[in-house]
Amino acid sequence: MIMFSTSFKTLFYKEVLRFWKVAAQTITAPVLSSILYLLIFGHVLENRVEVFPGVSYTAFLVPGLVMMSILQNAFANSSSSLIQSKINGSMVFVLLAPVSHWEFFGAYLLAAVVRGLIVGAGVFIITAWFASLSFAAPLWIAVFALLGAAILGTMGVIAGIWADKYDQLATFQNFLIMPATFLSGVFYSIHSLPGFWQKTSHFNPFFYMVDGFRYGFFGQSDVNPWTSLTVVVLFFISLSLLTIRLLKSGYKLRN
Amino acid sequence: MTAIDIFDVSKSYRSLKALSDVSLAIEEGEFFGLLGPNGAGKTTLISIVAGLARADSGKVSILGHDVTADFREARRKLGVVPQELVFDPFFTVRETLRLQSGYFGLSNNDDWIDEVMSNLDLADKAESNMRTLSGGMKRRVLVAQALVHKPPVIVLDEPTAGVDVELRQTLWQFIGRLNREGHTIVLTTHYLEEAQALCNRIAMLKSGQTVALDTTEGLIRRISESQLIVQLKEGVLPENLQPLVSASAPSQKTYTLRIDDYADLEGILASLRNNGATIVDMQLQQADLEDVFLQIMNGKAE
Repeated sequence: MIMFSTSFKTLFYKEVLRFWKVAAQTITAPVLSSILYLLIFGHVLENRVEVFPGVSYTAFLVPGLVMMSILQNAFANSSSSLIQSKINGSMVFVLLAPVSHWEFFGAYLLAAVVRGLIVGAGVFIITAWFASLSFAAPLWIAVFALLGAAILGTMGVIAGIWADKYDQLATFQNFLIMPATFLSGVFYSIHSLPGFWQKTSHFNPFFYMVDGFRYGFFGQSDVNPWTSLTVVVLFFISLSLLTIRLLKSGYKLRN
Repeated sequence: MTAIDIFDVSKSYRSLKALSDVSLAIEEGEFFGLLGPNGAGKTTLISIVAGLARADSGKVSILGHDVTADFREARRKLGVVPQELVFDPFFTVRETLRLQSGYFGLSNNDDWIDEVMSNLDLADKAESNMRTLSGGMKRRVLVAQALVHKPPVIVLDEPTAGVDVELRQTLWQFIGRLNREGHTIVLTTHYLEEAQALCNRIAMLKSGQTVALDTTEGLIRRISESQLIVQLKEGVLPENLQPLVSASAPSQKTYTLRIDDYADLEGILASLRNNGATIVDMQLQQADLEDVFLQIMNGKAE
């Protein structure tokens, strides 16, 4: 099976080793910033906002922050690894080797998922101390964590292939990933928004990732979790097909 | 079998025509030189052979495997030393070589990695981070990376640019041995004496086209013009030899004469003798690859 070839395993291992060697930057730092979000927002809003009946704001916030960390770090892993090796030229070593576009995609994707989940788990373990959480549907938690990481890992691959310079990557991140994440309901329920913005949120795929993930904890969500699952799966499939096409054509990598 | 078969390859970058209908067949076991000035298309051609760029038209195969349709086999047969001094700053030398082996599907390659490192005098740097190595050492690692999968065809794109004499010798000894053991070597270099000493056959590229393709000897023979330098003890240079003079130092009675053919030597010496001139010193200078290169690039030799 191609996905378990030595080429694939080596590239995956290299990608994991890469972020592991600088874990202070790639794991500890994002965990710390999520804790700061929780302490500040939780402290300020704890007694003012009730999103779901019987769920404190801090408890509501924890799954949102965990998901946000998963998404941001999965994206950061594949995108920054690709742009670094493009800019320092070491991408040539992979391009010279008999690594197919499937293996290439699979390795970067899986490494991004691993980083996203490690950071997400770190954020969860620490923030869970500050709130009493329930686990209404653990399988949904796992499925949405995995799909969320995979989607952002894939977007990171696309951004990393497309960007020629760090500032182009920053544009992608600041004008697409950040707004989509912050407006996805990490910090609030979309039911607290005015009608127009509620409707607009339904066009943001990130909203479904966060909402479905949160359903796994509280058994309550803004939309039906099956709807979220469908949207998220279709979104992942479309992005993957696009990425495979880009890789197969050699776009920006082989010319 | 043909080691690298390049057939009718063209490639443009926007309006710039980098290669126009280039065809070359490099046979197994050859030590082949690809020469040309900067911007002639050498690196583009190598990139297409290595699968790093795609040709607009034409076909390239490595030992019969098409570089796009059958890229896995083609890349397994090929080792490329890139021109740029690139490295991944996260890893040590040994990690770099293990990873490179893994990309080629080799999971237990340490014996060969150790042998390559020892041949390139890299063994004591095995556990050093790539970032800490000098330029010459990084170059050795690039060569080692190209060899981890024991490729039968090895392409070196200017491997000795900015490299000290010691590494150059180590490198050529090792590459020479690989060639004697049957590996096909393709070399691009700006050091023409290196190409002349090592390559059995040479192609010259100019503005994306092959302008010469011949054995090294054949190319040098193409410029039949050699030079005879004579220093006279007595007498003067006879009239009939004056038109051949390309340089002279009359105070030292030293004259440089162009000769088109070695057969002319006899006539020149006879002429000197008949005019009572005696010779103190005499040197014969043959054309070398640099002369050929300059003539071809200036459009005189074809």
